[in-house]
Amino acid sequence: MYRYDDIDATLVRERTAQFREQVGARLSGELTEDQFKPLRLQNGVYLQLHAYMLRVAIPYGVLSAAQLRKLAHVARTYDKGYGHFTTRQNIQYNWPSLVDVPDILDELAEVDMHAIQTSGNCIRNTTTDPFAGAAADEVVDPRPWCELIRQWSTFHPEFSFLPRKFKIAVTGSPADRAAIGVHDIGLQLVRNGEGEVGFAVFAGGGQGRTPMVAPEISSFVAQRDLLAYLTAILRVYNLAGRRDNLYKARIKILVNDLGADEFTGQVEGEFARLKGGALTLPQEEIDRVKAFFTDPPADDRPAVLHPSAAFSRWRLWNVKPHKVPGRAIVVISLKPYGGTAGDASAEQMDVVADLAEQFSLGEVRVTKEQNLVLPHVAEADLAELYAALEAAGLATANAGLASDIVCCPGLDYCNLANARSIPISQAISRAIEESGLEEAAGELTIKISGCINACGHHHVANIGLLGVDKKGEEFYQLTLGGIADGEAAIGKIVGKGLDPDHAVRAVITVIRAYLDARTEDESFVQTLSRIGFEPFKEAIYA
Amino acid sequence: MKVITANRLADGRVVYRCKNGGWTETLTKAEQFTDDAGADAALAEAAFDHLTVVGPYLIDVEEQKPSGQKIVRERIRETGPSAGSLHTGLVEV
Ligand code: SF4
Repeated sequence: MYRYDDIDATLVRERTAQFREQVGARLSGELTEDQFKPLRLQNGVYLQLHAYMLRVAIPYGVLSAAQLRKLAHVARTYDKGYGHFTTRQNIQYNWPSLVDVPDILDELAEVDMHAIQTSGNCIRNTTTDPFAGAAADEVVDPRPWCELIRQWSTFHPEFSFLPRKFKIAVTGSPADRAAIGVHDIGLQLVRNGEGEVGFAVFAGGGQGRTPMVAPEISSFVAQRDLLAYLTAILRVYNLAGRRDNLYKARIKILVNDLGADEFTGQVEGEFARLKGGALTLPQEEIDRVKAFFTDPPADDRPAVLHPSAAFSRWRLWNVKPHKVPGRAIVVISLKPYGGTAGDASAEQMDVVADLAEQFSLGEVRVTKEQNLVLPHVAEADLAELYAALEAAGLATANAGLASDIVCCPGLDYCNLANARSIPISQAISRAIEESGLEEAAGELTIKISGCINACGHHHVANIGLLGVDKKGEEFYQLTLGGIADGEAAIGKIVGKGLDPDHAVRAVITVIRAYLDARTEDESFVQTLSRIGFEPFKEAIYA
Repeated sequence: MKVITANRLADGRVVYRCKNGGWTETLTKAEQFTDDAGADAALAEAAFDHLTVVGPYLIDVEEQKPSGQKIVRERIRETGPSAGSLHTGLVEV
C-alpha cells in the first residue's frame, strides 16, 4: 500500500488546521453561511436532512486495517455507531456535529486519511477495480496509476474550479470492474502491438440526468504521457465546458455537443503542446510508486473446506480467483437480506480490520457495489475466515446476485432526494430471498437512486429503479438493460412509474420472466436483447 | 398552518421556531401561523438567527404534523430516517 510522505502529511495537517479556523469563524459569525458553505463542501461536509454528513475519501477504495479501525472509532465516537460505504468507494457518516468535524479530521490524519476533494467542482477520488493487484484476469495493476493521479490532482490549482465535478476511473483488467464507460474519464490499461503498457482513454461518460457512455478518444497513450494527456482533456473541458447551466456542465455534454472527433482533435492539439514537457512522468517516479504495490506471496498450504452447504454457497458467489497461487479474493457482502446497503457498524468494521490483519496481509477494499473485500486470503484459511464472518453477521452469500442491491441514501437522509431508496431496497431484498430465485438467476444487478442524480447508478443496472415524486407521493420508474462494467449500456425506461408495492412486485416479475425466457447461460441483458422489452412490460403491467 | 423549520448550525439537527424566537426539536412546541403575512414576517426575523440555525424555511402543517407537497420529506425530517439503519430504528412515515 502507498504510505504518505512528508508532503502528503503536511498538506493534510495544514488543511485540517485551516478548516478548524473556518469552522470557528462560522460559529463566531465572522463567516456567513454563504461564505462558509463552499469551504465546508471542500472538506467533505454536507448539510443533509437531519444532520451534517461527512464524506471521507478512500483513495481508489484501498484501506489498511489500521485505517478501517480508525473509521470504526470515528463511527463510535462521533456518529451513531455506523458508517455508510458509497458507490464511489468512499465512506459517509450521517450524524457528525459540525463542531466535531475538525477533531474527526485530526483523527483521520493520524492514519493518512482526509475528506479533501470529496465534494466541489474538482477532480474527485479516483476509483478502480476493487480486485486491483489481486484479480486473476489483471493485465496491469492499476493502483500505482491511481496513486499518481491522486498526487497530480490533489489541490491542482488549475482544476480546482472546473465547470462541474470530475471523476476518473481506472481498470487494469479486460473485465472492467470500475465502470470506466460511465466516468468523465475512463482509463483502461492495455498492451500495444509492441507489448508496451499504456492506456486506452475514454472521455465524456456519465450518469445523472443525461446518461452517456464515453467514446474512446485514444487507443493508446504511453505511460510517461498519462498526466500530459489528462491535463489536455481537463484543459479543453475547463475552457469550453458550460458554466451557465448546472445540468449541462459535465464533460459528457461538451463531448456530445462537439462530437467525439472534434473533442478528440482539440485534446490532441493541447496534448501536442504538452507532450515531452514538465508533465512527462520519469520512469524512476513510476517505479518508485509501483514499489509500494507488491504482489502477495503464494501460499502452498492445501485448501481446507468447510463441510456446510452454506459455506459452499458463500465460496461459490463471494470468493473470486486470485492471480497468485493458493490465494483468493473474498467479497464481504454488506447486503444482509432486508438490511441497508453499504452500512457497517463500528463493531463490524473492527471485525473486518482484525480479519484483514489475520488473513489478508492487512488490506481491505471498498467496492462501488458498497461491499468490502479482503483481497489476499489464502485458500487454506477460507473456512476459518468464513466462520468468523458468519459470527459477525457478515457472511451473506450474495455477492453479484440480485439481492446485492446498490442503493443511495435517498430521502431518508439526502437533501436532494425525491423519494426513499433504502426501504424499497430492503423490501426488494426480502422479496428476492422469499422468492428463492436468486441462485437460479445468477449474476444480476439491481440499483436504486432516490433522484435523477443517480448516485445509486440505476442507469447502469440490469434492473434499475429511480425514485420520483408525484404530488407528494413516491413512485419508482423501472429501467431495464443497463450494464455498468465492460460494454457499458444505459437502461431503458419500461413504462410509467410504479407505486412502492408494485415496484417490489415488478422486480420479482422481471426476474421470473427472465428465468422463463432465458436459454442456458444467457445473461439477463442477452435475454432482454433477444426477446425485447414487450414480454417484460406485459408481465409488469398485467 | 405553517411552521418555520431549519437545521441547527452546531450539529445540523432539525429544529422549529418557537413563539419566543427560540428553537425547539419538537414540532408541537413550534409557533404555528394561520396567515401568510405573519409567517413571512417571522421568517424574515428568523434570518437574523444565522448564528443558531442554517436555512430557515416554511413548511405546511396539519394537526401538528407536516402536510402538503413535501409531506414525506418533512415527516422524515421530523421523525428521523424511516428505515435508515439498524442503528437509527424504524419509524413509520
Ligand atoms: S441519487 Fe439523489 S437521492 Fe440519491 S444520494 Fe444522490 S442526490 Fe441523493
